[in-house]
Amino acid sequence: MSVDQNTVRRIAKLARIAVREDELPALAGELNTILDWVEMLGEVDTQGVEPMTSAVAMTMKMREDVVTSGNHQKDVTGNAPSSEDGFYVVPRVVE
Amino acid sequence: MMSDLTKLTLAGARDALKAKEITSVELTGAYLKAMEAGKALNAYVTVTADKALEMAKASDAKLAKGEGGALEGIPLGIKDLFATKGVLTTACSHILDGFVPPYESTVTSNLWRDGAVMLGKLNNDEFAMGSSNETSFYGPVVNPWRRNGDTTNLVPGGSSGGSSSAVSARLCLAATATDTGGSIRQPAAFTGTVGIKPTYGRCSRWGVVAFASSLDQAGPITRDVRDAAIMLGSMAGYDEKDSTSVNQPVPDYEAALGKGIKGLRVGIPKEYRVDGMNAEIDALWTRGIEWLKAAGAEIVDVSLPNTKYALPTYYIVAPAEASSNLARYDGVRYGLRVEGKDITDMYEKTRAAGFGAEVRRRVLIGTYVLSAGYYDAYYLKAQQVRTLIARDFAEAYRSCDVLLTPTAPSAAFGIGEKTSDPLSMYLNDVFTVTVNLAGLPGISVPAGLSSEGLPLGLQLIGKTFDEETLLRAAFALEQAAEFTAEPKTWWTA
Repeated sequence: MSVDQNTVRRIAKLARIAVREDELPALAGELNTILDWVEMLGEVDTQGVEPMTSAVAMTMKMREDVVTSGNHQKDVTGNAPSSEDGFYVVPRVVE
Repeated sequence: MMSDLTKLTLAGARDALKAKEITSVELTGAYLKAMEAGKALNAYVTVTADKALEMAKASDAKLAKGEGGALEGIPLGIKDLFATKGVLTTACSHILDGFVPPYESTVTSNLWRDGAVMLGKLNNDEFAMGSSNETSFYGPVVNPWRRNGDTTNLVPGGSSGGSSSAVSARLCLAATATDTGGSIRQPAAFTGTVGIKPTYGRCSRWGVVAFASSLDQAGPITRDVRDAAIMLGSMAGYDEKDSTSVNQPVPDYEAALGKGIKGLRVGIPKEYRVDGMNAEIDALWTRGIEWLKAAGAEIVDVSLPNTKYALPTYYIVAPAEASSNLARYDGVRYGLRVEGKDITDMYEKTRAAGFGAEVRRRVLIGTYVLSAGYYDAYYLKAQQVRTLIARDFAEAYRSCDVLLTPTAPSAAFGIGEKTSDPLSMYLNDVFTVTVNLAGLPGISVPAGLSSEGLPLGLQLIGKTFDEETLLRAAFALEQAAEFTAEPKTWWTA
């Protein structure tokens, strides 16, 4: 599977990273080098093998469904590039 | 007072502080001076001198009363991946410009609880993505070691290159670091220091900037194995704020050292003898085997047949998780924002300006392998191969207790030598990445010098949550290797 410039444009859009048109050929080349290399996994027989989803065998821990921390609005918005009255400010999204 | 306080190991400094032969203010002052003189190495991105002296004074007051924790008064460097309350934390990425966390990571909280002193934040590859510390927004870190009769600046390894360089050049007594594919052990090998990545779940990931969550683990880089045992004992422990943190008591790692390795079964995985292997690394490995045998260990040949698939597996799993983790950098909640004509345009411009080339490459790869139609072929397949890699280790551990391998395929290389070829850079992690995929503990111990006078490391790999045996074996290896070489202090000139 090899990616062309259209695919790079599409995944950059999905990743929300602006990419200039003149960067597309080089990026496609880099991604293909890496993707060609990982193709090697195709030769491994994984029929019936469970995917590993956790680095160490463990069961998901449960806890009481209660508030453990709160009232940190100032801390939470303190690092925002733009905030007002305890809210984040973003460009208009609803016309 | 001793002539050069920075010559002490962490254990030595701890004992001298307890015996009131030195004070933490003196010790901390000596390090702040060394850091000022060592600026050319670019190991620190933020220096917290006032905070350090304040913490040192508080430690001295405790020590004077005969009180204090396991690290009371010990000056440390902190990798910039750890959130430090009130202190700039950027993961060395432009996109985290100006981020000052209102909270402290669990690992650093544990260190301060035990009395340690913070000297500052250490440089690393951007978001820990790199093997040479050249992807940092704040520029490359320089290795204090140089080739014999040569002034070429070399890389300190990565991603914890600020940590390895600072410990090696005596710009801190020990440092925190993180390891996703080799980022503690490879830099340790490149700088003649010790680096241990504990079992996944041993140290809390809470407050550590996330790269690949199923692989990331914190650990220390130190001068020697004893110091690593002391640091790990403080950093480790259960944390309910990290759902993958494991609730197991932390043993006294230092007490495990020096018990000898008589009868310990050391496995030698034949697949690590890769094609075109550097002859010096191969010879060092053979010497390591002889040392452990002479110390009473039993050498066992083992096989890890899926070793060659570890790196390609890693370069699917890690970018996939990274692309998901790094989605949070959107110009809204913290860090950099580049304005746009609408919100999507703002996201795209912010992320284009904020991420460096390597991070962008990995986010794109990760997005691709997780995208509709490709998930099964790439991500699911990689997770299945990961199962096989973990099974290889489980099988090997039926006949041995630890494994011995080289840490890295070469000694430190020159700055700029490998930046144009991502694949050749990725190959640095060929011996370390399997350990992250299987969630196991691993340690790099300096074991000799290359013909050019550069340090080389050997890696020991342990069983899950058996850091005690791992450290015991590492201590025996360290004693046999008698590695005492130090870099010449050219950087103070």
